[in-house]
Amino acid sequence: MPVILATDLIIFFLVGAIVYFIIASQKDGSLQAVRRELVKNRLAMVCMAFLAFYVAVALLDSVRYRDAVVGDDGKEALSEGGSVIYSPEALSLLDRALSGIRTRTEKTYSAPFASHSYAKESMEGASGGIVRGYPPLKYPRTHWLGTDRVGNDVLFIALKGVRTGVVIGAGTTLVIIPFAIFFGVIAGFYGGAIDDIVQYIYTTLSSIPGVLLIVAFMLLFGSSGYQGGLVSEVHVVWRAFVLNDRLFWLCLILGITSWTDLCRLIRGETLKLRELEYVQASKAFGAGKLGIIYRHIVPNVMHLVLITFVLQFSGLVLAEAILSYIGIGVGPETGSWGNMINTARLELSREPVVWWNLLAAFAAMFALVLPANIFGDAVRDALDPRLRYK
Amino acid sequence: MTPVLEIKDLKTYFKTPRGVAKAVDGVSFSIPKGGTFALVGESGCGKSMTALSVIQLVPEPAGYIAGGRVLLNGRDITGLTEREKRGIRGNNISMIFQEPMTSLNPVLTIGEQIIEAITLHQGKTRKEAREAAIEMLGRVRLPDPAALLFAYPHSLSGGMRQRVMIAIALSCRPDLLIADEPTTALDVTIQAQIIDLIDELKRETSTAVLLITHNMALVYTHAETVGVMYAGKIVELAPAKTLFRNPMHPYTVKLLRSIPGQEKRGLKLDTIPGVVPSATSYPVGCRFSGRCPREMEGCAVIEPPLVERVGGHSVACHLHDAEFMSGPYSRPLRHEPDALPPLIVPHGEREALLEVKGLKTHYPIRKGLFKRVAGHLKAVDGIDLTVKKGSTLALVGESGCGKTTAGKSIIQLIRPTEGRIIFKGADLTTLSEKGLKPFRSRMQIIFQDPYSSLNPRLTVKETIEEGIKALNPGLAKKAREEKIARTLDRVGLGPEAMLRYPHEFSGGQRQRVGIARALAVDPEFIVCDEAVSALDVSVQAQILNLLKSIQRDFGLSFLFITHDLGVVEYIADEVAVMYEGRIVEQGPTEEIFSNPKDAYTKRLLEAVPKIDASLLSAWRLPGDH
Repeated sequence: MPVILATDLIIFFLVGAIVYFIIASQKDGSLQAVRRELVKNRLAMVCMAFLAFYVAVALLDSVRYRDAVVGDDGKEALSEGGSVIYSPEALSLLDRALSGIRTRTEKTYSAPFASHSYAKESMEGASGGIVRGYPPLKYPRTHWLGTDRVGNDVLFIALKGVRTGVVIGAGTTLVIIPFAIFFGVIAGFYGGAIDDIVQYIYTTLSSIPGVLLIVAFMLLFGSSGYQGGLVSEVHVVWRAFVLNDRLFWLCLILGITSWTDLCRLIRGETLKLRELEYVQASKAFGAGKLGIIYRHIVPNVMHLVLITFVLQFSGLVLAEAILSYIGIGVGPETGSWGNMINTARLELSREPVVWWNLLAAFAAMFALVLPANIFGDAVRDALDPRLRYK
Repeated sequence: MTPVLEIKDLKTYFKTPRGVAKAVDGVSFSIPKGGTFALVGESGCGKSMTALSVIQLVPEPAGYIAGGRVLLNGRDITGLTEREKRGIRGNNISMIFQEPMTSLNPVLTIGEQIIEAITLHQGKTRKEAREAAIEMLGRVRLPDPAALLFAYPHSLSGGMRQRVMIAIALSCRPDLLIADEPTTALDVTIQAQIIDLIDELKRETSTAVLLITHNMALVYTHAETVGVMYAGKIVELAPAKTLFRNPMHPYTVKLLRSIPGQEKRGLKLDTIPGVVPSATSYPVGCRFSGRCPREMEGCAVIEPPLVERVGGHSVACHLHDAEFMSGPYSRPLRHEPDALPPLIVPHGEREALLEVKGLKTHYPIRKGLFKRVAGHLKAVDGIDLTVKKGSTLALVGESGCGKTTAGKSIIQLIRPTEGRIIFKGADLTTLSEKGLKPFRSRMQIIFQDPYSSLNPRLTVKETIEEGIKALNPGLAKKAREEKIARTLDRVGLGPEAMLRYPHEFSGGQRQRVGIARALAVDPEFIVCDEAVSALDVSVQAQILNLLKSIQRDFGLSFLFITHDLGVVEYIADEVAVMYEGRIVEQGPTEEIFSNPKDAYTKRLLEAVPKIDASLLSAWRLPGDH
């Protein structure tokens, strides 16, 4: 029985958009040029490989289904009404593919590639007496990044964080971009009363402290949402959908609180663009306003969108970490880098220091944010015909 | 006597991804005390870079001085430390720039800026510096200098700011003043005042002046010596009067002959084919080879040195080298005819195409929280114009007089406040946007700036297509493409231009694309809003020729908005002079120019520097008759 979260739809949309671009760039001339430009840029291609890996992991982690509960007799257990009973645990394809390291849990902390536990324990000595020492691990030298407090493999947890990171980055952007472009462009292009209204909206919104708004919003909507882990029947609608998804609400509110900056930039750029002579020339043809916006304004503000997206992406992943830290981010059972950093706070203050949890979260974020930055720049340059043929 | 400035074989290069760009490549000249040396040439020839090399401000780290010496009062300043160079700038060499609007710091008062310069370089106390500042501001003829010390730049007009810049530049009594296009951004009437002021101060303080300009008439009236620069080199160097009497280099001759003027009416202007070669890949021989009307077999291989021929007149051209001319390489490759072909637009009484009656365009000035209208800016305040079929009406005036607003109001890009615009029997001002649509293709506009008038993200085809799609949506794709190709061909661009983006073209080619965009919808009336003002003179000549020829072929009417009176004299059939939103005088071009009645028109016409008309016929290439 599949389980589809609201945030899965974001990942599906992202993957769909990528596939659409690849197919469309085979035919369309201008997209073809963009693709050629990108392929020529070797650094961008390396970064794209990193990003593709992340998206692939996120996609695998977004396709999940519940297995039927198997009774003692080896047959599927049926409810009283005669329908099949499904386990509350929805395992994703990623979980299933990595069931090896997922299930290989230890008792508690162990360092990367260690053969013994990181903490001393009282155990039975060879001579039968009780001795204090480092107990051997159940699966020695198999945990590449060590294990955490409850013995889970850190590499696996870091991989589970990929989906959260990608969802936060992509989902929030999907909220920001339409808002910012729509309001920014109409405010700048039409001016007058429309401009005033848009400006009042975003000035009001940005004068409320963002954290306050996020806390209020998350307490109002997010607290009852699905937080990861076991799927409760309360959350399931239409048999397979979980729409009340805490991570989704998080994307929404992060988007709502952060579209204003981009909107302001786009409004300013539009104010400049609408006075430019090619827009005037278009008006002299009697071209419609929507046509002018579509042909002349929007393509010329896209560089701002890309730059803002890339700059905000890392900020958003960090925001998720901070919000998880104060307890209103993703649930504790959702693997996320924010949660990892959050727990690392205590681990760094203990003696001896447990450093691999923080390192893993840091490395995973770094390997997403840096390529996203470089690739974003490359896309911006590829979209700009002025920079081609150089 | 040692000259104030002596440059010997100066080379300023730039490292670029495409190789070393030789912006200045072996330039030598000198300026005596109190002398004015003018560097002229098209943009991209290395004029400004020569000036920046003199003041040791070459943009680093890409640019560097690759060789040669710059001697200031006999002392080489190329090897100085940054600290020593700072001492020279301002004290010994000052510079004024083209753009008076951005060369003053807007958050400091005039006093603070000029006093800073004086205390910094002359070690005076603030009190002494203050007095010196007041004296300087008085000397550049600014009213009430003591009060002006507390004024901020925004409260001053462009001309006043340029005076302040001159006061700052001359406050330390420099030995050399570099003026890089000092009047280009100013109105004609102000231009004359500023250049006269520089002249006068130069005489008083015997400062040497290095004048950089593309305005040939300015050079003729104000410089003693002229260096004509082309592709990083000086190709001709002579006393100004000698150069204008007898220009010897084909480039100089072509440049002079491409200046539009009254005596060339009805004729095609002379142009230079091709473009200035890129600084990273000059031709091996003469750098003008390939564009030269007198190219010979050896020109592309053997580089002509700059050699003095007669009485201080140096020229770098094989045509004047008797030895070369008698040698084996002097067989001419081409010999363009000298006489300019006529490009006559038949003249006579014509019927009116468009009538403007009592046009007013006022902008509301809104104030306060609720943006109540507090007053009106009367950009256009009641003008009457008649544009005749197949002829050109020029609308002239200084910046801010409302001429651009008038042009845009006429074609309804801005809806006017009052008045009537009768076009083909309909009053355009009464029509709705929808009702205007059939008239849109009849009236088009060409803009000034070839860089901002084309959307950088659309190909040329998409740019031209937009108008056809909007105004003739029924046209099939194939017919549309044929039409675009035909229009591009008409403006002198090949069909391969279709799939290219604007940034791949030069300024002149972009202007052709702009003309093609307007032409593609078959207009009858085109507003040319400063359409040739941003172009170099040789490119300007090409565009003017093009405009003239399409006017002849299609019977178009132009409303030519410009501040360049030379262009008006050349192209316009009638002139209307605009001042502060109103038209002060209008009539046939010859009549206005020969016998202006209005005081403002007189002032305007007197302010324009002119080259003596008797010289014009003397500009010949060797071998011409």
